[in-house]
Amino acid sequence: MKKKLVSALLCTSMAASLLVGCGGTTADGSTGETAAETTEETAGETAEEEIPTSTYGDPNGTHLDMWTFVELHGAHYGEMAELWNQQNPDKTIEITCTTYPYGDMHTKLLTSLEAGTGAPDICDVEVGQFPNVVAGMDKWMVPLDDYAAPYMSTMVPARMATYQGEDGHYYGAPYHVGAAVMYYNVAAMSEAMGLSQDEVIAKIDAVKSWSDYEALGTEYKTAISDDTKFWTSVDTGGCDWLWIAMAQYGEDWTGGFDNPANVKLQSVEKMLTMQQSWLQSGLAQVSPDGHVDLEAGYQNIIDHNIVSFPKAMWYMSRFTGYMPEEKGNWYIAQIPTFEAGQKTSVGIGGTGTVVTTQSANQELAAEFLCWAKMSEEGEQHIWDTLGFDVCNTACWSVDSFAHDDNNQYNAYFINYPYDVLNEIGLDGIGKISVVSISPTINEYMCTTTLNQVLEDPTYSVADALSECQDAVDMEQ
Amino acid sequence: MKGFRKFLYSQKTAPYVFVLPFILSFAIFWIYPLFSAIIMSFQDIGAISADWIGFANYQKLLKDKVFHTAMLNSAEYMLGTLLLLIPFPLLFAVLMDSRLVKAKGVWKALLYLPALTSVVISGTLFRLMFTEYPTGQMNVLTQMLGLGTFKWLKIKTTSMAALLIVCCWRWTGVNMLYFLSGLKAIDVSLYEAADIDGANGLQKFKFITIPLIKPTTIYVLTISIYAGLAMFLESYMLWAGNSSPNNIGLTIVGYLYKRGIEKNDMGYACAVGVVLMIIALTINVVQLVANGTFKSDKED
Repeated sequence: MKKKLVSALLCTSMAASLLVGCGGTTADGSTGETAAETTEETAGETAEEEIPTSTYGDPNGTHLDMWTFVELHGAHYGEMAELWNQQNPDKTIEITCTTYPYGDMHTKLLTSLEAGTGAPDICDVEVGQFPNVVAGMDKWMVPLDDYAAPYMSTMVPARMATYQGEDGHYYGAPYHVGAAVMYYNVAAMSEAMGLSQDEVIAKIDAVKSWSDYEALGTEYKTAISDDTKFWTSVDTGGCDWLWIAMAQYGEDWTGGFDNPANVKLQSVEKMLTMQQSWLQSGLAQVSPDGHVDLEAGYQNIIDHNIVSFPKAMWYMSRFTGYMPEEKGNWYIAQIPTFEAGQKTSVGIGGTGTVVTTQSANQELAAEFLCWAKMSEEGEQHIWDTLGFDVCNTACWSVDSFAHDDNNQYNAYFINYPYDVLNEIGLDGIGKISVVSISPTINEYMCTTTLNQVLEDPTYSVADALSECQDAVDMEQ
Repeated sequence: MKGFRKFLYSQKTAPYVFVLPFILSFAIFWIYPLFSAIIMSFQDIGAISADWIGFANYQKLLKDKVFHTAMLNSAEYMLGTLLLLIPFPLLFAVLMDSRLVKAKGVWKALLYLPALTSVVISGTLFRLMFTEYPTGQMNVLTQMLGLGTFKWLKIKTTSMAALLIVCCWRWTGVNMLYFLSGLKAIDVSLYEAADIDGANGLQKFKFITIPLIKPTTIYVLTISIYAGLAMFLESYMLWAGNSSPNNIGLTIVGYLYKRGIEKNDMGYACAVGVVLMIIALTINVVQLVANGTFKSDKED
């Protein structure tokens, strides 16, 4: 009898373990590597299997832990820590930077914030994930307002606002503006059109509106007369083009913190309709594998299958990293607009770095963080190593900063990237909010809407947007 | 003290003491999460608080078209794996067991090797192979066969084919090993007796191998059903993230991850998990009953 009981007990427990095997997947699906968000800046450079950990600074100093999902970001803090220790011998620090895969890091961070223990002192948060983290506001994170104050007068306001909580405090320190610009392959254009480099550049500089852009594209297309070569490629796996359109009309599909999301905007409709016409006339192709920030996209650019496309300035590091053979071919210019006087750019992607309330040295961590990401020393290092368009506008016009020919990005492109940024100016950079509904919109756009209207250019844009709105409404 | 010794040495309590470590770890790491997942599926879980919302999550699931797509994808994928990953590994196992194959160790190792590689790495490589760009390996192959290029990961049929190719590449060797061990357990004298009776190879396979390997087949079937329904990483790697065009690559667990991790909606994700559990359990119980697994236990 007893034996039977024990065996029955064992049997039930084993059967139950089978059950849990199914149900327990809630927590362990986090082995993913690359980002699901296609708009974010780091897709493709996330770490693979091993978890690199590096410690920098003074072993006797205050110890700080830092998590990131891009190894280069960690190296930035490491080198800044060395410099900090030289300048502040009375409060030296030692910093340990751990690089986790994108998905893992955000999962770990959220879990430890919710649990109230285990979070690092300083942590990178990708902008698409920021709404999840900022939901905890000052319970989870240290407001950076006081520590950022010395630099605030020259920081790009729209970028600081991206990492603001609903309570109005700043919780994240930005790396870059992520200003969208248009990249042109001058070498390929001058070869196809039989013009000198300067003549091509003059033509590019004359492009102000989308119809100018289309006309120049048609001219290129006629000159090259090759069905496999295109003027540009449109994305089914990323919303950059639509963000640009929204910024130009001053619209925002998320509605910000206060209004409901609405994707049925004239800017979005105009952009998609225009893209459909390009696809039908053969001016554009659909980006292979969905967008230009993937291997197939780089190859497409190297093969000169497309000669112009809009992308944020952080895409410069893809050129130097993945397309070194293209050095000297590319020119950066402002994006054309629908109507005169509209903004020509929008901030895309980004990573905000936060200080958690679990840190034993909140003040020091916050002070160091703001210095490393906002001071002129910090910005110089970000520009030299990471190639970002930095948020401290005080640097933009400094000649030794913007026109330094030793900088690999300055050397790579025909013109100086910061000259374009100065041309655009602070007022020319729009902002699209990243709030809790953002992932839903982005996801539906990239999985469904963009595929509908661009893979089949005869599909009604209005219908596709209505469908998208229905899906978004279900979530709000 | 004496009472304690008596307790320890008692034949009645000893079994419970021995199973205690297992029961404890089982209760803490399996039973507790299971129940907490079920409870969470009835809650709206925010950053700071959790509110009871009754069946709202499940009601939302009923209307959620994306979830239905994910269920359909998982079901199709599971059926595909069953059709491919049971007959072929069985065939290979029989071949490995026969005298027809030379250098068996090499073949076994080659077939098993993919299971040892990381899906993260192999998935990335497969993603590059299945690119729609004309220089991707798969498109080079189809072009050589005169079929032209495909947008592999943008079309439903080809993307399911891609997922199944990755799956077969990875699991054929493992299932073959299961069948091989099943074959080793079959008494050789049965085949000898059949030889004497003049049975040919096909008859021996049909009347001896298939019936006697049934326990292994049922085991492989059971784990394949669950593994097929719970597939996630392959699709996550193939599309470099959880978003595939028109959700052609979204699986149930992929959706659970999307809800729970990417959108931080744990309550809803738990409801997805519970539904997955119920489906996997139902299919497997029906399958096990139909195969007489429970019945034979009683007869013993």
